[in-house]
Amino acid sequence: MECVFGMVGKGFALVVADTSAVNSILVHKSNEDKIMVLDSHKLMGASGEAGDRAQFTEYVQKNVSLYQFRNGIPLTTKAAANFMRGELATALRKNPYMVNIVLAGYDKETGPSLYFIDYIATLHKVDKAAFGYGSYFSLAMMDRHYRPDMTVDEAIHLADQCIEEIRSRLVVAPQNFVIKIVDKDGAREHSWRRTTKD
Amino acid sequence: MDEDQISVSWILNICVLPKRLENLGNNTSPDGYKLIVRSLPVLHSSAQFNLDSSRSTLRYDSRTTIFSPEGRLYQVEYAMEAIGNAGSAIGILSKDGVVLVGEKKVTSKLLQTSTSTEKMYKIDDHVACAVAGIMSDANILINTARVAAQRYTFSYQTPMPVEQLVQSLCDTKQGYTQFGGLRPFGVSFLFAGWDKNYGFQLYMSDPSGNYGGWKAAAVGANNQAAQSMLKQDYKEEISREEAVQLALKVLSKTMDSTSLTAEKLELAEVFLDGGKVKYQVCSPENLGKMLVKYGVTQAPVDT
Repeated sequence: MECVFGMVGKGFALVVADTSAVNSILVHKSNEDKIMVLDSHKLMGASGEAGDRAQFTEYVQKNVSLYQFRNGIPLTTKAAANFMRGELATALRKNPYMVNIVLAGYDKETGPSLYFIDYIATLHKVDKAAFGYGSYFSLAMMDRHYRPDMTVDEAIHLADQCIEEIRSRLVVAPQNFVIKIVDKDGAREHSWRRTTKD
Repeated sequence: MDEDQISVSWILNICVLPKRLENLGNNTSPDGYKLIVRSLPVLHSSAQFNLDSSRSTLRYDSRTTIFSPEGRLYQVEYAMEAIGNAGSAIGILSKDGVVLVGEKKVTSKLLQTSTSTEKMYKIDDHVACAVAGIMSDANILINTARVAAQRYTFSYQTPMPVEQLVQSLCDTKQGYTQFGGLRPFGVSFLFAGWDKNYGFQLYMSDPSGNYGGWKAAAVGANNQAAQSMLKQDYKEEISREEAVQLALKVLSKTMDSTSLTAEKLELAEVFLDGGKVKYQVCSPENLGKMLVKYGVTQAPVDT
């Protein structure tokens, strides 16, 4: 089942997500990308109801780029996080989106940052965050091994340890994972961790 | 057909309208004009004339949203005219802040104003504006601007970029020149503000909804004279103190009244104080001292 997590390191932030599209006991697809590249310096990892996830992440992405076209300046990660929280909070009392978000971004003034946003519109600025069944294992792993001054290699190693733990302890562990990273040079895909071919 | 006749027949029309609506079947009114009446419901019927258009400008200036044959919007131009008679305001952008000065039109000695400033308004922690024009119109727009700024902070938890605030307000102003039926806002603004992307900024806006960023700008009475003086005396890299001095000098020379006193003036500054944006209004006492110091007025003689 779903596993989305992320952490902030020294000058970068990374987000990891499983890539399984599941319906009941059936795996439809194992290469579903659940981390959207919002703009040049933002990553939005999302878990939850598949339809809501697609709808909400695209809605946010389009609004972020509309803002940029209108005003000539990009939204900061903080502003984008608060925008998402606001949208989720308004939806919450009408027709809630079932999505949980790990938002990672890099801003010139503030450097890398990570935000935890859940479907009931909770917003926290954090160093490490996780959602889904995998969170029980990845949070424990990160609590033990995380340091704020980690390099990219160290953080990737920790992410691998988390994935390893999920695979060995979670009954319904997903097969594949994707790792994305954001730093001063922008947001991009880092690598995949596969056990099955597509 | 001249203008007087048209307006008279308009009044006639309004008077006889109920009668006309009774006999909707025949589209010719008693006084011979052809009536174009929409079908039901009766309440929404409109009466319209089929007149030969006379090429007089007067036909167009009662409409805010209609171009004249020369391509002008008269109501908008009249609104700008109204501002030309209002107390003026000057804004100067300096390297460490923005300075706004305004001339208060003292209408009566007995008048007691409720607010401490009547031309300068704080829109948000990082933006302030000076007003020239009809104050009652300005109050509406200032409220709109304040709401826009707070809405933005509510959405993004970040102060609204200055240009976006100006733009949102100018969109409102523009709306009244196109979706009118009413009249445009008779107000020009000078916006002074700071944001993290573009630092200190000064914007000027007019009733048409046009706006632009300026290094030094003037609105209100004698704004052209003030503008040309500013153009001559403005230096790049001017300091805030020099900007205050320049603004006071220009205002004193372009004001209609002969003597410049602290009671007739307002001075406000936006600057950074320990990394935070500060909006400061100069007290009348300090303003009086400053006027003497800069040689704009002579020190009062004690008797």
